[in-house]
Amino acid sequence: MMTRRLTVVTVFALLLGLLGVDLANSAPLDPFQAPPALALGSGLAGAGAHCAALPTAD
Amino acid sequence: MTSAAAIAPARSSTLTRTGLILGALVAILGLSATAGVRYGLLLAVGLGFGLILEGFRFGFAGPWRAMILRREPAGLIAQLLSIALVALVAIPLIANNGTELIGAHAPVGYAMIGGAFVFGACMQIVLGCGSGTLVNAGSGNPVSALALPFFAIGSFAGAYHLLWWTNLGTAPVVVLSGTSGLVLTLAGLAAVAGLALYLAAPGARSLPRRLWIAAGLLAVLALANLVVAGQPWGVVYGLGLWAAKGVTALGMDISGSAFWTLPTNQARIAESLLTDVTSLTNIGIIGGAFIIAAWRSGLSARLPQLPLRAWIGTIIAGFLLGYSSRLAFGCNVGAFFSGISTGSLHGWVWFVAAFAGAFQGIRIRKALGLDG
Repeated sequence: MMTRRLTVVTVFALLLGLLGVDLANSAPLDPFQAPPALALGSGLAGAGAHCAALPTAD
Repeated sequence: MTSAAAIAPARSSTLTRTGLILGALVAILGLSATAGVRYGLLLAVGLGFGLILEGFRFGFAGPWRAMILRREPAGLIAQLLSIALVALVAIPLIANNGTELIGAHAPVGYAMIGGAFVFGACMQIVLGCGSGTLVNAGSGNPVSALALPFFAIGSFAGAYHLLWWTNLGTAPVVVLSGTSGLVLTLAGLAAVAGLALYLAAPGARSLPRRLWIAAGLLAVLALANLVVAGQPWGVVYGLGLWAAKGVTALGMDISGSAFWTLPTNQARIAESLLTDVTSLTNIGIIGGAFIIAAWRSGLSARLPQLPLRAWIGTIIAGFLLGYSSRLAFGCNVGAFFSGISTGSLHGWVWFVAAFAGAFQGIRIRKALGLDG
């Protein structure tokens, strides 16, 4: 089975494994504590977890 | 006798296609119900990115290669068009909603320029950029599938050392904002497109219909990303976070990193990836590309036979893609696409440095035997 199917199965197995480890070691999901569906109009500041964000200690 | 039916890959069945659509809908609705509507929407946006990038064959690394080697500018111009469409809405939107929405604004610096150059080279070596590596991995490309975990490790490591690198010399953040900023951004994009058309080979100046459509749809999704998440489309932060999650689960102490100990990043490590913006869109891109590949029955293609040096080169290039993109404050998505479209000067500098690096990467790719 040396086709792209093998690659895809491997990629998704690794991804599911990562999510499994993540869910086991993270705060539980809670839809009632989730932010509003849209950031625009929410009145909340952006989180800043973006690759372009310059890290500062502030 | 070889019939056409024997040569052509079998089309996916209606059952398979129905399953793909249902699977995507269940994932979106399930995540909305268990984590929150915003996260379901972000997964949907990511799936849309993957569907468009793979479905319309819209890329970044390939079109740069086509421009450099064959002077075919169509793919590059499609990128510039999509960025312009986003800028038309995003720059005024961020200006009027500065608390809720942030741009991909970062400073220019020595490490930023060097990082972009290395990224540009590596994206030609593996022929996959930030988004391209995800798309290709999702559609079964073994080179990108191998590069992806090392991309994530490199992104984690680059972020780990980021403040050391920025301390080498970093200028203040420059943002092209307001009407003048928007006009400058659009004029810059038009100038690059004009130069690409001027340099184009005869007969290569037209844009295929699929690229017009893809550029428009990609712009709509990038704006949706901004409106839903409060930040522009990005890739690299999420990949670094995946590795950070992995190493902390294994017990590694990351308290020595000024970056990963910042409150924002500590919060991201403590919370699930299913509530992280870039992780969700990254997962969506992989899933969207998979849907297209399975829909077209493209998963039955045989894997290429590549020399060992090609696989070793892929691992090194994958790591460097991640590491360099952190120093460069983003990849082709976070810096080039989102940086320029939200008015950041670093996006323009990234583009020049990465394009220069692409010339070197094309040579290295050939030497590694990755051209087949």
